[in-house]
Formats: sequence, structure tokens, C-alpha cells
Amino acid sequence: MYHLLKQIIVTGIKTEAPPQPDETLRVTAERLRAEILDYFAGALTIRHVDAGSCNGCELEIHMCNNPYYNLEGLGIKFVASPRHADMLLVTGPVSRHMEVALKRTYDATPDPKLVVAIGDCGCTGGIFGESYASCGRVSNVIPVDVAVPGCPPTPLAIMQGILTAISRKA
Amino acid sequence: MKLEDFQIELKPLPGAMPVWHGRVDARQWRTACQQVRDKGGRLVALWGSDNSDRGGGFAVHAALTVQSGLLVIELPFSGGSFPDISDIFPAANRMQRAVRDLFGVGAENAADQRKWLRHTAWPADVFPLRKDASFEFPVSSSKLELNPEAQLATRNSRLETGQTDDYPFVRVEGEGVHEIPVGPVHAGTIEPGHFRFSIVGEGVLRLEERLGYKHKGIEKRFEQMTLAEGAKLAGRVSGDSTVAYAWAYAMAVESAAGMTPPPRALWLRALLLERERVANHLGDLGFLGNDAALGFGLAQFLRLKEDWLRMNAALFGHRYLMDTIAPGGVARDVTPEGMAIMRRDMGAMEGTVALLKGVYDEHAGLQDRFIGCGRIKPDHADRLGLTGLAGRASAVAWDLRAQFPPVPYGEFEVRMATHRNGDVAARVTVRFEEIFESLRLLRLILDRLPLGELASAVPTPPAGALGIGWVEGWRGEVLIALETGPNNGIRRLHPHDPSWQNWPLLERAVLGNIVPDFPLINKSFNLSYSGHDL
Ligand code: SF4
Repeated sequence: MYHLLKQIIVTGIKTEAPPQPDETLRVTAERLRAEILDYFAGALTIRHVDAGSCNGCELEIHMCNNPYYNLEGLGIKFVASPRHADMLLVTGPVSRHMEVALKRTYDATPDPKLVVAIGDCGCTGGIFGESYASCGRVSNVIPVDVAVPGCPPTPLAIMQGILTAISRKA
Repeated sequence: MKLEDFQIELKPLPGAMPVWHGRVDARQWRTACQQVRDKGGRLVALWGSDNSDRGGGFAVHAALTVQSGLLVIELPFSGGSFPDISDIFPAANRMQRAVRDLFGVGAENAADQRKWLRHTAWPADVFPLRKDASFEFPVSSSKLELNPEAQLATRNSRLETGQTDDYPFVRVEGEGVHEIPVGPVHAGTIEPGHFRFSIVGEGVLRLEERLGYKHKGIEKRFEQMTLAEGAKLAGRVSGDSTVAYAWAYAMAVESAAGMTPPPRALWLRALLLERERVANHLGDLGFLGNDAALGFGLAQFLRLKEDWLRMNAALFGHRYLMDTIAPGGVARDVTPEGMAIMRRDMGAMEGTVALLKGVYDEHAGLQDRFIGCGRIKPDHADRLGLTGLAGRASAVAWDLRAQFPPVPYGEFEVRMATHRNGDVAARVTVRFEEIFESLRLLRLILDRLPLGELASAVPTPPAGALGIGWVEGWRGEVLIALETGPNNGIRRLHPHDPSWQNWPLLERAVLGNIVPDFPLINKSFNLSYSGHDL
């Protein structure tokens, strides 16, 4: 116990400043009214859906909650069910085997809702493209508000995408 | 086993690893497998190919470990099936079913004839990896069904191909038995797959996996690429193992082209591979602590991992080291200053990991969850073919870096981490030991990194050349089997993840445990969905 407590004190607080929203990431002009966005700011719940990624994007989503980025410290947290979520964070090209599951998850998410597509695959289909097994980009299957490029995008870029989706257009 | 024991004509393939290739007939196919099994060898991978466009039929291939290296046998056949070997190697079961899903030819008389990678996305009479496979797939944007009625239609789970994905799970009957279906979309930030638990009270009587949700046509995609383009895709088969796949891919291409990269490139590849191993073990150790309710562990290990990834980005231009390896060599060099920073950083990290190991070892609550949980006994591991780090935690003493060390590993006498308990605690211990061993290897690499070129030109291999890449990634051995096409093309490529072998063992590991321990057991294996579903 002594070592544990000492290590906590020695480590100190590592959290760095969060990124600013970036309008260039927006795919669809705001679908939600500004007043609603104000509710989301500071208390947003996210359901992550891997629709066919290589797992690289998941690694970076995990890292958003490490002590440096501390996404939860901004009042943004991941939840276990789409029914509890305000936002879907979708990675990967959408594999055809995940198409139905993704649509159902979207349907199960209560309105008003937001969708952020993560990674080059989520933005364009990436290296996997469209094929007998892949539907390509996320917006081919469900509506997307913000798309974050990168392979995989860094935790800062992912956070920027999330913050852009809940920010009012300047 | 000596190669002379096989009554097969074998030809060594050039390249970094000791690999022999030979054609067999149906009888030899089973005999060779049985011989390998009798001598304690394992099935590393099984895959199919289609030669009908060049006057042949189909073929099935198996990669087997023998005393002197890897034996790759190929069975060309003209009928609709090949002899089953799942009685010899239980791990062959799902691989053979995948061959049927993708080529329409399967293992004759195999006990399990269910589909595996096939769901309902493409029609029942389409076999995507056949050379003549072509069918109109719906342009996905046409499927934007967002009005309420259409939403109901999707809920019906009937797709445009008109099939339903009614996978026949094995049902457990009896008083008080009930099922818990989980997935494909899971509660955490992890990959999709379906788990069907049959339980009584809290105890798990049976777990059955249904995978294939992430199948996105990787093998077919390779066939549309040149050898140079394929490197990028290989590095994205399973993102957490990008270095292992990229190296295995490069090895396969270099083997087909009959060339060897310069020494500095090979040493740098080993440096990248060990950095990837450390990064993954750090993350997993954090999540394992968290799954046993020690949030402290997650915060501490993810902090270390973040520092490690930032170092990767600063020195190699990518946090996960994607696209740093290409056929012929490596794409990034390190400077003497970079080496000094790395050395200093490793020293500090090693001290913290040792301290955290002390905290984990002494934490009664944590050890109570780890010890005896999710156990695979050594004899089961051996019989069912458990591999990689999970295998080593169940006394399967196999680590390619020690067994058949490619340059530069031969210089280091890699110390393999093995344990006998086969529980979560053993898999945690193996991870800790492998971090320390990787740090030792990294120091040796930095001390003795040869000077010289980073890459050599790769000559165009003739069409039909074979190449094998075989690399001990952090999860286990990754294999790439390549056959070249004309003009630097790829005729057939099969990437094989060790998760194929280990997924069925996860079903076993949870038996008799309680459902709430499943996330912990699952994490202790941390298997790949993407690398398996392809
Ligand atoms: S964007 Fe890159 S890291 Fe993310 S899923 Fe696609 S290939 Fe993997």
C-alpha cells in the first residue's frame, strides 16, 4: 500500500490542455440546435462502435482516457449501451457483416444524437475501400456529423473531433 | 523431426527462416500431419487457393512446425473436398471451415460442417476468393434506411441477399440452464464478435464464439495490389501487431524475390518489434489491473504506454510504428541522439515497471482475482494447440525468437518466459517477464546496431514464386504466405494470426468460472478479431 500511495504522489497530475474544436472536420452542417449542444457540453456520453477497424483506432480511443488526455475530466464518458449515449464514435470501414449491427445501434441511440467517424477508414473506407465485404466509409451506412482523418488519428485529434461535434459553429 | 522422415519431395525456400515446401497427395496430406503431431509439432496455419484459371483445381496448404523449421505442404485436388485433419490438429477446424466459406471446397467428413467466416453479406453461391468470383455488391449508400418503416425492416435482420444468419449454436439443456448472448457490439471499447454463454447461476457451462463480423475482404484486397503496395495493407491486418505483420510481409516478399536486406535494416526491424511488444504488454497490464478493480494500475501503465508511444512518434514518425518496414529494408533510421534518448527513457521505465510489479504481486485483492482464474492446463494447451504468449503461460515452450532466431536474434540468446499454471496470473507474469526481456534486447540492439544501408532494391520475382514470412509478434507467431503474380503482383496472400489457434482455447478457459470473470480472462488473452476475421 505504501508503494502504491507513494507512486501516486510521485507521478503527480499529468493532464494536459484539451484541444480546440476544428470546423474543417465537420461533414454535415449542424443537425442539432445550438441549445441542445449546450446541454451536451460538459456532460456527454459516448458509445463506441467498431464497425470493422484494424483495431488501431481503438488503441487510440483507449489512450484518450490516459492521464495525459483525461477525456473523462472534460465530462465526456464512454457508456456500455447505445441507449445511454448521446454520441456514437464509429471506427473502421463498415464491414458488411457489421452493417446491420451499426444501423441497429444507431436506431437504439435516443434522439438527439451525434455521430463521429474515426480514422481514414471511417472517413473514406481507407485502404480497405468498398468491396464484397466492406461498405466503405461510415457515412455510407449512417449519417455522420464529424469525421476525423488519421491512421489512426492521435488522441488529441479524436478529442478535437468530439469537441467539434458538440461545439456551436463559430 | 528430421525432414528425411517425410516421404515427400521438399524444396527449401530462400529467406530468413528455415522453410521447406512440397506438394503432397491426399494420403500424404494426412500422414505428414500425423507424423508432425506424433513428434510434438503444431499446425501454424491452413489456407486454400484456386488454380482453376491456370488449368488446375483448388489446393489446400498447411504450415507445420518440425524440428528443423517450418514445413509447408500443398495438396492440389480436383474434387470438391480435401481430407479432414481436425482430428489430428483441433485448431484446423475453423480454418477448414473458412476455406469452405471462401472457396466453396471443404474438409471431407469433418465433424463440424458449420460456416465460419460467412454470414449473410454475400450470396450463398458466391465464394469470394475464387478467381472467377464476381457478383454485384450493393453500393452501400443506397442502403441509407432512416425512415421508421425502413428501420423496422432492418430490425428484421433480413438482408438483401435473402439469407438469415441463423448460426446453429450448440445448446446446453437442463434445469436452470440459460443463455446470455453478448455482442457483436460489446460494452467496452473493443472489437466486435458474438459470445454465447450457457450458464447455471453465475457459473459458465459453455461459451461459444461466433466471429467473422470484421471480415472486410483483406485477402481479396491483396490480390488487387502490387508487392510494394501490399506492405501498407499487411501493416493493417491487425493494428496492434503492425510491426509483426509488416516484417512477416517483407520477409515473404524478400523470400520470393531471393534477396536479403542489409544488416542495419534487420536490426532496426528487431528494435521496432520489441518496442511494439513492450507497448502492448504495458497497455494490457493496465487493463488487467483495471478489470480486477485496480484503477491505479490502468492510470500508471497507460501513462507509461503514452510516454513510450510519444517516443515512437518522435523517433520513427508514428505512434504505433506503422509503415516503418517495407520489403527490402526499413523506412526510418535512428540517430545517435535518438539512441541515447531511448536508452535513458528505458532505464526510467524499467524502474517504474519493477515497482508496479511489486504493487501487483503484493495486492491481495488483485492476486485473488488472477490466481486460478481462466486456467488452461499444459496438457490441454499442448493437445489443442495453444500458441504465443498464452501458450507460454501454459508451458508450451515456443518462442520463434529463441527457436529459429532470424537476424539479429541469434546473437542474443533470447530467454523465453514460460509458466505452468496457465491462469490469468501466469499470463500476467509472462507479460512482465517479456517486458524486461524486451528491454534487455533493446539495449543489446542499441549497443551493437551495425552501420550501413537501410534498404536494398527488391528484384522483381518471377510469377508463381512462393515466399513465407514468420515472425514472433507480441501475441504469438504471425505467418504470411505469399504467391506472386506477374509484374510484381500478388496472386494469393494469406496472413495468419495466432488468434486462430487461441480463440477456441478461450472458450475452454472460462469453463467453471463465473461470468463476471470473463472480461478479465478475455483480456489476459487479448486476442485479435480483425487479424482473424480478415
Ligand atoms: S484508420 Fe488506420 S488505424 Fe484506423 S482502422 Fe483504418 S487502418 Fe486501422
